[in-house]
Amino acid sequence: MNQEKNKNLALCDAFIRDFQSFETQLNGQSTTQFHKERIKAISTFAELGFPTTRDEKWKYTNISSFLKKEFSLAASSKVDKSQIEPFLFDGMQKSRLVFVNGIFSAELSSLDENNGVVAKSLEAAHKENKEVVEKYLAQHLIFSDQPFAALNTAFARDGAFIFVPRNTIAAQPLHLLFISSSDSVPFHSHPRNLIVLAESSELQLVESRHFVGDQEQIYFNNFAAEIIVGANAKLDLVRIQDESKSAFQFSSLQAKVDRDAHFSFTGVDLGGSISRNDTNIEFTGENAGAQLLGFYYANGTQLLDNHTFIDHAVPHCNSDELFKGFMDDQSHGVFNGAVLVRPDAQKTNAFQQNQAILISKDATVDAKPELEIFADDVLCSHGATIGEIQEEHLFYLRSRGIGEEMARAMLHIAFANDIFERIKIESVREKLEDEIIKRFSE
Amino acid sequence: MISIKNLHASVEGTEILKGINLEVKPGEVHAVMGPNGSGKSTLANILAGREEYEVTEGSVSFLGNDLLEMAPEDRAREGLFLAFQYPVEIPGVSNANFLKTALNAIREHRGEDAMDAMEFLKLVKDRLQLVEMDQKFLQRSVNVSFSGGEKKRNEIFQMAVLEPKLGILDETDSGLDIDALKIVANGVNKLRSPERSFIVVTHYQRLLDYIVPDFVHVLAKGKIIKSGGAELAHYLEENGYDELLNANGKAAA
Repeated sequence: MNQEKNKNLALCDAFIRDFQSFETQLNGQSTTQFHKERIKAISTFAELGFPTTRDEKWKYTNISSFLKKEFSLAASSKVDKSQIEPFLFDGMQKSRLVFVNGIFSAELSSLDENNGVVAKSLEAAHKENKEVVEKYLAQHLIFSDQPFAALNTAFARDGAFIFVPRNTIAAQPLHLLFISSSDSVPFHSHPRNLIVLAESSELQLVESRHFVGDQEQIYFNNFAAEIIVGANAKLDLVRIQDESKSAFQFSSLQAKVDRDAHFSFTGVDLGGSISRNDTNIEFTGENAGAQLLGFYYANGTQLLDNHTFIDHAVPHCNSDELFKGFMDDQSHGVFNGAVLVRPDAQKTNAFQQNQAILISKDATVDAKPELEIFADDVLCSHGATIGEIQEEHLFYLRSRGIGEEMARAMLHIAFANDIFERIKIESVREKLEDEIIKRFSE
Repeated sequence: MISIKNLHASVEGTEILKGINLEVKPGEVHAVMGPNGSGKSTLANILAGREEYEVTEGSVSFLGNDLLEMAPEDRAREGLFLAFQYPVEIPGVSNANFLKTALNAIREHRGEDAMDAMEFLKLVKDRLQLVEMDQKFLQRSVNVSFSGGEKKRNEIFQMAVLEPKLGILDETDSGLDIDALKIVANGVNKLRSPERSFIVVTHYQRLLDYIVPDFVHVLAKGKIIKSGGAELAHYLEENGYDELLNANGKAAA
C-alpha cells in the first residue's frame, strides 16, 4: 500500500466504478451544469484518495478500519412510519422531510405547515427551483483538497432543499430526518443539503440522523451541506447525529453568513464508529455573527472528530464557539478549532472553548486550537480543558446526602446542560436531556 | 450527640490535630475559637468526611455510629451538616434540583416518602424567609455568581431545609458585613431546639454576640487549650488569644 496517500486502494477503485454506473442512472440530469461538477469531483477524488494520518487535518483521525470495508451504492429500504416515530419532535409533526438511506421519502414526509418556506428534495428542486439551485449548488463547498466533500459532490443526487424567501419568518421549526437502514449489504450514501435564507428571513431547523435496526449494521454516510444565510437573516440549526455504533459518518458543512446575519449551529454527536465533522463558517458581510456549539458523548471504541473553521474575512463579526464532550471506555475524541482573522477583519470578536471530560482512564482526547490573526484591533481567545469531574463539586453534593453515583450523574448532566440550555426549541432540548440521562444510567 | 476522643489528624504528613476531645449533647451550642492555623477548619472538614485528611489516632462517635467509617453522604443522611467556609460554585445544577435531590435522599434514608414538587416548594418558600432570600435563588445554579454573603446565607438555607441533628458552621461569619451576619445568626437561632446541636467554628468573637453558645473552646496548635462558658468568648475579646497562648505555652513547658 502506498503510505503517502491512501489512493489506488480497492475502496477508491470501487467508488470510481460505482460512479460510472451511477451516471447511467441519472437520465436527464447528466446534461445539467451540476453534472459537470460531479465529473470534476470524481476525478479530484481519484487524484486525492483518502487521507492518512500524515495529512495535518487527519493527524489524530485514523480511518483505516473504514478503508477495509466494502460498500455499494445506497438503495432505498422499506421503513414505515412507526419506525421513525421515536425520532420525531412535538411541534414539528407537520413540517418534516424524511430521507431513507439518503433518498427522499414522500410517504414519511409531511409538509402540511410549510410557513412559506420552500422545502423539498434536492432532486425535485433541480427541476422546480432551477434558478436557485444553479446559483448556489456546489458554488460554496470546496472539494479540491477534501476527498469526502469531493466524493459527496460526485454522488450528490438527493438531500434537502430549503429556500426561505425574503422577509419570511418561519413560525414553526422544520425537521430534516435522515434514516439509515442497512438490512443486507453495507451501503454508501451522499446526502446533499442546500439551505438558502434570503434577506431578513428566519428559520429554525433540526436535522437528525438515526438508524433503524441493530447497532452492528455497517454503512457509510457522507453528508455535505451548503448553507447561505443572506443579509440580516437568522438561521438556527440543531444537528443530532446518532448513527449506529458500526457506521461511518462524515459530514462537510460550509456556511456563508452575510452582513447583519446570524447563524447558530449546535451539533450533537452520539453515534458512529468513526464520525468526522468539518464545520466551516465564512463571514461575507460586516456585523455578521455565529454561535457554534458542540456536544459529544462517546463510549466503546468510538472515534468522534470535530474540525471547525471560522473565517473572519470582513470586519465587525462575532464568533462564539463552545464544544463539550464526554469520553468513556476506550473512545477517542478529536477537536480542532481553526479561526482565521484576515487583515481586513478589524473589530473581530472570536471566542473558542473546548472542554472534555474523560470518564474512563483509557479514553483520549486530542484538542487543538488554531488561531491565525492578521488584524490588530481584535478580541480573540481560546481555551481547552480536559479533565475529570471536580472533587470539590462532588464532595459538596455528597455532604448534603446525595449518593456518589447520583452526584456524578448530576455533575455530568450539568456539564452537558451548558450546551443544551442554549437550544431554543423546547421539545428538542427535552429529548436530548432525556437521552443523555438515559445513556449515563446505562 | 457527638463524642470526639483523642482525635489526631494530618495532611500530607503534617500533623494538624493533636488530640482533640469534645463532647456535644443534644440541644447544646459549642463554639470552637482559635487563631488562624489552629486546626479549626480541619476539625470541621474531618467531621464532614473530606478525604484529604488522614486520621491517625482517636475516634468520633455520632449518635452511636463510628463517624469516621461513614461516607460523606451517610453522615449527612444521619443528620450531620457542614456549612462550608468556602461554598463551591456548581454551574448547571440548580439550587432547587440540588436541594430536592438531597432532601429526598435523606428522607429515603429515614424511610420517608419522597417529597413531591408542590410539598417541596412549600417547604423551601418557608425556609427562604428564614434567611431573607428571594425565590429566584432556587432557579439559579448552586452558588454561581452569588456574593460572599449570599453564599453563606445559602448554606444556612440548605441547613434549614435539610433539618440536621448537628450543624457545624465553619467560619460562616468570616467576611460578612453586620447585616448579613445578623441574618445568618438569626437563621441559626431559629433552628436551635432541644434536639439539635451546633458546633460553631469561628475566628471572631462578634458572631457569638448573636449566636450565644453554651460552651466555648479555644483551639490552638491542634489542641483544645481552654474550655468554658459564653464568658470565655468575652474574655478573649478583651485579652486576645496571645495571653492564653502564652500562658498555655508556659504551662506546657
